[in-house]
Amino acid sequence: MESVRSDRDPQQADSALTVKILVAGGFGVGKTTLVSAVSEIRPLRTEESLTEKSVGIDDTSAVSQKTTTTVAMDFGRITLPNGLVLFVFGTPGQDRFWFMWDELAKGALGAVVLVDTRRLADCFPSVDYFERRGVPFIVGVNRFDGAGAHTPEQVRDALDLSPEIPVIECDVRDRESAKHVLIALVEHIMRTMSNGRQPATH
Amino acid sequence: MPTPSWYDDEAGPVVRPYALTGGRTHYDGADLFDLVALIVTRDDTAPDEGDSAPGAHPARWAPDPEHEMILALCRAPLSVVEIASELELPLGVVRVLLGDLLDRSLIEVRRPAPVARFPGERVLKEVIDGIRAL
Repeated sequence: MESVRSDRDPQQADSALTVKILVAGGFGVGKTTLVSAVSEIRPLRTEESLTEKSVGIDDTSAVSQKTTTTVAMDFGRITLPNGLVLFVFGTPGQDRFWFMWDELAKGALGAVVLVDTRRLADCFPSVDYFERRGVPFIVGVNRFDGAGAHTPEQVRDALDLSPEIPVIECDVRDRESAKHVLIALVEHIMRTMSNGRQPATH
Repeated sequence: MPTPSWYDDEAGPVVRPYALTGGRTHYDGADLFDLVALIVTRDDTAPDEGDSAPGAHPARWAPDPEHEMILALCRAPLSVVEIASELELPLGVVRVLLGDLLDRSLIEVRRPAPVARFPGERVLKEVIDGIRAL
């Protein structure tokens, strides 16, 4: 059998200029809503099975347990006027689905961590993850009806964020607000880059 | 039957998707199939005359309906994750199926440009302008 693949792929890279942004945060914080607000298509859902990566069954003695569960993952696609394709992925909310995050984070431009100030702790794992991975992120404080009036500064203190990480208020049900969040993230990435990625001195 | 604690209603339905792939859970080149890599059906292998017999494909390979669905979906470039979503199949399964198609040169893979690793300022500005224009 002959293999005629690869080789010419690199030339085509330009035609697949894609940008990936993640939306993370606790359960019910508005990830799907944000994805829906900006996507040109209904949010698609996809699934990943747990068998191989997470459960780690490695021999046939476990065959009787080889059922598979699925992880739902929301994502939306936005074709920008200049032909760039932007994918926005909502990260799976449950702790046991962490294994999906590595794949999602691979090649991601950056992330938005959504916060509900009534359940602030829900976003800790996301913040930890992106800090550890060096994925640029911003924090969006989603305004829920009846949510306490915590200021972005209070949220910043509570999360112990470094000062250059933007914390902005938003209402992800509103398309303009959702767009603003994404733009704020990309602007943050631009600043991070022009600062040469953290002057760790002094 | 004992119920492992790691799945429940929230986790979605319990399925046996790898029955579709003949039990294969992995394709060696799966790294090729990034979530946002674009898959395109190769022109010369997807003749438009349509409903001719599946025997039209090279080699003695009998594609599954899911293979055919992927080839149909990808006449216009489609990302791996969207294929999974359209077919309502787990990504792992879709990657095995894509591997089958790639091995037979029925598809091409356009890997995502490394925008994220070295995002130029120009690209970032374009992203901002694009979002603003939505």
